[in-house]
Amino acid sequence: MPTKIVRMDEQMRAAASNGRTVVYEGELLRHGVYTRVVHWAVALFFIFSLLTGFAIFSPWLYAWIAPVFGGGALTRLLHPWFALAFCAAFLLQMINWLRPMRWSASDHRWLRRIREYATNKEKLESADVGKFNAGQKLWFRAIAFSSIIFLISGFAMWWPEIFGRTLMWIAYFFHDVAALLVLGGFIIHFYEGTAQQPGTFRSMTRGTVTDAWAWTHHPAWYSEVTGRDPREEHERAARRQQERQRLIEEWEREQDNRE
Amino acid sequence: MDTQRTLQIKAISGHPGTVPGAGAQREVEVCKLVDVTTCIGCKACEVACVEWNDHPFRETVFDNTYQTMPDTEWNFFNLIKFNEHQRDDGSLMWLMRKDQCMHCEDPGCLRACPADGAIVQYTNGIVDFNQANCIGCQYCVSGCPFNIPKFNTATKKVHKCTLCSDRVGQGLEPACIKACPTGCLHFGTKAEMKGLAENRAAQLREHSEFANAGVWDPQSIKGTHVIYVLHDVTKPELYGGLPANPQIPVVYTWWKYALKPLSLLTVALGAFAVFFHYIFYGPKRPQPEPPVVAEENHADQNRKNG
Repeated sequence: MPTKIVRMDEQMRAAASNGRTVVYEGELLRHGVYTRVVHWAVALFFIFSLLTGFAIFSPWLYAWIAPVFGGGALTRLLHPWFALAFCAAFLLQMINWLRPMRWSASDHRWLRRIREYATNKEKLESADVGKFNAGQKLWFRAIAFSSIIFLISGFAMWWPEIFGRTLMWIAYFFHDVAALLVLGGFIIHFYEGTAQQPGTFRSMTRGTVTDAWAWTHHPAWYSEVTGRDPREEHERAARRQQERQRLIEEWEREQDNRE
Repeated sequence: MDTQRTLQIKAISGHPGTVPGAGAQREVEVCKLVDVTTCIGCKACEVACVEWNDHPFRETVFDNTYQTMPDTEWNFFNLIKFNEHQRDDGSLMWLMRKDQCMHCEDPGCLRACPADGAIVQYTNGIVDFNQANCIGCQYCVSGCPFNIPKFNTATKKVHKCTLCSDRVGQGLEPACIKACPTGCLHFGTKAEMKGLAENRAAQLREHSEFANAGVWDPQSIKGTHVIYVLHDVTKPELYGGLPANPQIPVVYTWWKYALKPLSLLTVALGAFAVFFHYIFYGPKRPQPEPPVVAEENHADQNRKNG
């Protein structure tokens, strides 16, 4: 990647260093201030684009989503601008995450285990899962790919007087398909980041996760940032937990005897 | 849309649910008949249209023809297309066709429109735009097989010929019809006009050299409420690109009205799927979890609970 772009990303990070991320004992820094700000810019403009787009997508959604944005005409007017803001924010995010999002051999192995992953069969992620798992990397690529489709088809739909009437309805179809793709992906992404994996959402708000979260979901990343072995640390924590349990029970027995 | 008071609506764009007024009144379908063989290119209909709709006098483009401007515009609904046609014997012939909205029985604009109530179709067959509800997306522009809806870039609204719905609703004929000096334009019920047109076409076939004379009323869009008598109905393209088989783009028919809602439903079910995933499998907690005290787990537990 051109060094200029890398330097820009570093400068943006530095500019955001006024923001604060506090890492307490037993926690790890997951996402810095700049990453969080960029992610939320992407997320907000994504949701705005999604809502204004889906209002126009279907008559069943139009009647109740369009009024939220001030009526149909304003919804239509805002949609391309929300979308451009989304694309700009996502471009920054893409530069920011280009390295951790790189595809690796472990991601192929992850995809083969996707059934076990989705049904909670494996309590601990495989030791080779790094900062992002293959699911996250796929979602990242789906967004990048559909953004290109949105941009090309979007311009054709924005100015049919330039691109012509025929190109417009062809663009309409591809715009729809890309929209359905990202809506489906978004549902999964939102679920994984909130209810499905407790302790994940805070990584995008306060920026930190617990050690236990890290060795459970992203073991290779855990060893990368701490230098410790995720499996050993997990074993130790399990032993500590058992020992603590044993001591408490012992103490309770003693209390009972004293009475 | 004052005409709503007198005209009953049978189709509404971007509208979920039923259409009030569908089948409410006994109403005949109206039709405009354009007999191009008697058109003299006087453009009285163009003027009448501009007058009745109070349109400003707009600039035109001179392109070496008698045509007022290259195409209809958002404030110029009615345009005589002048086509110089060379016949087989080498002689020259004017093909003049009054171009305007065809008021299709199956309107591509209405199908494409996502805005509730921006385009309506009355039971008498008139397709009307309601600019108050128009959101300016221009899907209608790409949905129309005739390139009729035109965008006003200043107001971000689309306009086209209304078939003078405001006159027809009051029992008057459209302005263009009233202005025509040759009797080339007729207005009445669809059945009447179809009969008149067929008679005229037969007359042309029998008493002139136009053996292919016929009536243009394309069934690919279930017929139109503007029909033409043409010298040669086998070559409507000669009359300024009038399509023989106008088609609505398939994305505004099969995709928009069948596959697209199904796809949306499928993806929306994904939201239910993740919800029930949580109910069924629960969260994935950081390890080690607190000790498990009891677990409802498949077969043995189900047996116990009966």
